[in-house]
Amino acid sequence: MLVLEKNALTAEIEILVEKYGNDRSALLSILQEIQKNHNHVSDFAQQEIARLLDIHPVEVFSVISFYAFLNTKPKGRNIVRLCQTITCDLMGKEAVAKAIERELGIEFGDTTKDKKCTLEYANCLGMCDQGPAMIVNDKVYSHLTPEKAVEILNEIK
Amino acid sequence: MVTTKIKREGAVLFSEYYRGDGIRKAFTMSRQDILAEIKESKLKGRGGAGFPTATKWMLTAAAKSDVKYVICNADEGEPGTFKDRVLLLEYPEVVFDGMVIGGYTIGAKEGIVYLRGEYSYMYEWLQVYLEEMRKENLLGKNILDSGVDFDITIKMGSGAYVCGEETALIESLEGHRGEARNRPPFPVSTGYKQKPTTVNNVETFAAVAHIVMKGGDWYKQHGTDKSTGSKLFSVSGDCKNPGVYELPWGTSINELLEIVGAENTKAVQVGGASGVCLPKSQFDRTLGYEDLPTGGSIMIFNENRNMLKVLKNFMEFFVEESCGQCTPCRIGNTKLLEGVEMIGRGAFTFGYINKLKELGQTMQVSSKCGLGQSSPNSFISILNNFKDEIFNNGFGGRNGK
Repeated sequence: MLVLEKNALTAEIEILVEKYGNDRSALLSILQEIQKNHNHVSDFAQQEIARLLDIHPVEVFSVISFYAFLNTKPKGRNIVRLCQTITCDLMGKEAVAKAIERELGIEFGDTTKDKKCTLEYANCLGMCDQGPAMIVNDKVYSHLTPEKAVEILNEIK
Repeated sequence: MVTTKIKREGAVLFSEYYRGDGIRKAFTMSRQDILAEIKESKLKGRGGAGFPTATKWMLTAAAKSDVKYVICNADEGEPGTFKDRVLLLEYPEVVFDGMVIGGYTIGAKEGIVYLRGEYSYMYEWLQVYLEEMRKENLLGKNILDSGVDFDITIKMGSGAYVCGEETALIESLEGHRGEARNRPPFPVSTGYKQKPTTVNNVETFAAVAHIVMKGGDWYKQHGTDKSTGSKLFSVSGDCKNPGVYELPWGTSINELLEIVGAENTKAVQVGGASGVCLPKSQFDRTLGYEDLPTGGSIMIFNENRNMLKVLKNFMEFFVEESCGQCTPCRIGNTKLLEGVEMIGRGAFTFGYINKLKELGQTMQVSSKCGLGQSSPNSFISILNNFKDEIFNNGFGGRNGK
């Protein structure tokens, strides 16, 4: 990491601490924003958050490792989460999953070489009446078919 | 983007209501009167556990502290549940009004909505809605010139099922891992930031707003004696019209199946992955605290479905979502999943499966929170209720033939 990048990240975290406060209860909100902007929470970011909230860095790591939507290693620019819970499964999740894997050339859990997409399974997305469903970043898509899912993924950048 | 259509609007939760109605009415009443109405209504928590709301609020109201909190649990992670999504998107007024009423009743100035990470697409929209309420002076300082201060913030979860458990939710809000706390002390005395806190389900707040408007007596007229009022059911799976239905408590599974247009039904999972799975012979049972208490998840499986596959999906879910804090849940769920996989391969003995069922019972009594206490439910009920299918049609090992 360049020094300039480090300074920028520190500045970003400082702004977040100002916004959410330097209380421990602000931790999750800060992590969520860093995750959103950088697709992961780097070691350096963890240390800076810990310093500004006055807690041990391992506390920050411990929290990140607990939550499915937070990670310490970089992911793709877009995160595709396909619901794997039973109702979506009944409605044809498997065919959708295979089609996505074929089209992106990766398996679930992996990131494409160009860092465009990370493919993951998620537990119940709460779209059981409209399955199969997936979330791409913050957007929900329901009633998926293999063809429709691939079209959606082709549209994202 | 997300379209929802409530399939059946019942007489209780979806009766006529305009933003602020409940708040205006509540401010004409004393705190004691509101508690009395809720007690009269016999409302029980709608998240699934069914703790009497009046008791929870009375305890929080009675706790001595300058700072108290009202938390709305919108972390609906139970597989097959989506009623809170529909309530928040289509009827936010009853939910937020219910929270303001809660704040007034227990003496809290701060309300927090804990919204699950999977619902992040609602966040901006709900913020806009809260801002509109502030403009109408339904939130903020000195609401409607009553001298009551109350405001609501929305905090996001980050994809952890266990955070739907109230003490895990509080831990998460405090910036910790979402691991359940030992109880007692209960949140009503020692909750968020060690202050008295009431944590209620989205639907509970909606019910409170209506009870304040129309009275506990009116509410009690719906449903049954022990299970008053109505319930939102999230219906999914093999039926013509999946969606959210408001039905009075006391509705039987058969009636529900007819309403939603389900045919050739083999099994109904009541209460999500942590609930029980009913075979045809039990479809005359009724939904309600007397017989089948539930948070509202109803999943329907038709004759073509493989119940072992369903069970495997549930157990994989619990293995992933167990927080790992207590041993019965962390190891127990892994062992139960192994057992399901052994049955799938035909490499099991009945002796071992029976031992696993006993392990399930041990988990029910020894796990720290509701996750591990309820995760063996589907294992035990599916293996007991569908043993002919699972053990006698060629899937079984040497003992099964």
